[in-house]
Amino acid sequence: MFDDTKLYPLPSGGYLTARDLDKPPILDIRYLGIDFGGLRALTDFNLIVGRSEITGLIGPNGAGKTTVFNLITNVYQPTRGSIILDGVDTKGMSTHQVSRLGVARTFQNIRLFKDISVIDNVKIGLHHETRYQMPEALLRLPGYFKREKVADQRALELLSIFDMESLAYKPAGSLSYGAQRRLEIVRALATNPSVLLLDEPAAGMNPSETGELMENILHIRNTFNIAIVLIEHDMSLVMGVCEGIAVLNYGKIIAKGTPEEIRQNPEVIEAYLGKGVRE
Amino acid sequence: MNTKRTAFYYLLAALLTVGFYFVLTGLIRAGVIGKYHADMLIPVGFYIMLAVSLNLTCGFLGQLPLGHAGFMAVGAYTSALATRYLPFEGALGFWIALLLGALMAAAFGVVVGLPALRLSGDYLAIITLGFGEIIKGILLNLNFTGGARGFKGIPKQTDLTTVYICLVLTLFFIRTLINSRFGRAIISIRENEIAAESCGIHTTFYKTMTFSIAAFFAGLAGGLYAHYIGVLYPTTFGFDTSIEILVMVVLGGMGSITGSVISAATLRLLPEMLRAFLDYRMVIYSLLLIVVMIFRPTGLMGRYEFRLSKIFAPKGDKSHV
Repeated sequence: MFDDTKLYPLPSGGYLTARDLDKPPILDIRYLGIDFGGLRALTDFNLIVGRSEITGLIGPNGAGKTTVFNLITNVYQPTRGSIILDGVDTKGMSTHQVSRLGVARTFQNIRLFKDISVIDNVKIGLHHETRYQMPEALLRLPGYFKREKVADQRALELLSIFDMESLAYKPAGSLSYGAQRRLEIVRALATNPSVLLLDEPAAGMNPSETGELMENILHIRNTFNIAIVLIEHDMSLVMGVCEGIAVLNYGKIIAKGTPEEIRQNPEVIEAYLGKGVRE
Repeated sequence: MNTKRTAFYYLLAALLTVGFYFVLTGLIRAGVIGKYHADMLIPVGFYIMLAVSLNLTCGFLGQLPLGHAGFMAVGAYTSALATRYLPFEGALGFWIALLLGALMAAAFGVVVGLPALRLSGDYLAIITLGFGEIIKGILLNLNFTGGARGFKGIPKQTDLTTVYICLVLTLFFIRTLINSRFGRAIISIRENEIAAESCGIHTTFYKTMTFSIAAFFAGLAGGLYAHYIGVLYPTTFGFDTSIEILVMVVLGGMGSITGSVISAATLRLLPEMLRAFLDYRMVIYSLLLIVVMIFRPTGLMGRYEFRLSKIFAPKGDKSHV
């Protein structure tokens, strides 16, 4: 029997948890690299993410973590290497195509649709799920009303994950910082992803909010059964929810493994964690 | 959202639309609104259409095109050519001409939009400004449209009824477009393009589509203009007209259809109302613009929309239909 809490190293340089071992990985990133002019922002980045794994991506500022997200979502096109998403090479695709293939993300500096209501933010995420055609919308045919109603219900349902139904008709920009971060996650979930990329979800949250977020992340993984990759500086969150962690420094992976292994890795302690985190 | 209540609002809106028309024509027939003033209402109608369609790109998509009069010109000349050369008679021919003008303008919207919308902000403004001037330049040099001498002898078929029908259709379709998943996609591009793209919105497609729809209604207004004035000069569709429409949109509030309607109507009628001041009327007009912009920088209406459901909604119900 495999141990579910253990990561199993793969020949490709990735790791998987036991329950994902017998399924093809959702993300298979090989020798990914990108140069900005003469700067090698990322080199030889290998990562395998299992179908229901929570992966952490940590490292000092400027190490290239967000660059990895921008490459996975094809905001940047890689200079080297490939990204296989659920068996499909995403090379040359545009961001919205990758989104439809099942990648959703949040942003480090929150990017909400600020001047429109919370529920409309979520309904934009539901855009492709709300299936009616232009004539139905323009002539207000029954299909429009039916599908809009379904979208409303679905949006409220998604908002209820974070108990945000009561905020549904407020402008998104009027929410508190923490609520805006949560709304961004809800909007990402609305696109029906198979991989959710969270860029510093706990930034600006207080310890109790972070604790709540930790439970939410686990809850999302368990109910939606999706893979989550998160960038985070809050080590309590990373060590608390991640099954596998990759550590980046100067655009290179310096360590991969379970939270326990990462915590004890001398190179990681030297580059990022510092000596105090051993507990 | 209650089905019965929704049906009630739609019915009420339809009744008000028809009712307003009969009151207006009734007043004209009774002589309360004189022939001269009644004739002035027609340009008000197509200027509202121009302002509302430009608001689609300006206020909802968040881009700043400066060549809206160019699309109006395409619509005007196409429909004028259609009534001259197509074998349709009377009202049918007129409506076909209007539709052809609008469709041609929409096609130009795609042609201009595809390259232009790769850029944004000031760059897009300049490129669309260039487009407007190119259209004007081509029309000046085309022989079969009369060139600089003007396209003369277009049958004057535009009356208050046709303008009213076109206006109501324009307002209805733009409203229903905005309040749909397509409208949300358009607004998401204005709010945050990168986020929209990562939500799976094909931003290039929606930008071009919006541009083209705006051009369609501008072309329709152009067709009405051609058959109202009876003679077309390329210089009418220059930069000045584009700016005039833009001023209407900004003054009314970018992102408010209601605002565009109010400000287009006001700005068209204002110079007439100020006729008593003769030489000073353009000064007053300009001063008014400055005052509004200082005290209401988001325009008269901001992004507020008039909705029947807001008036009748029970207290505390915020989910306006």
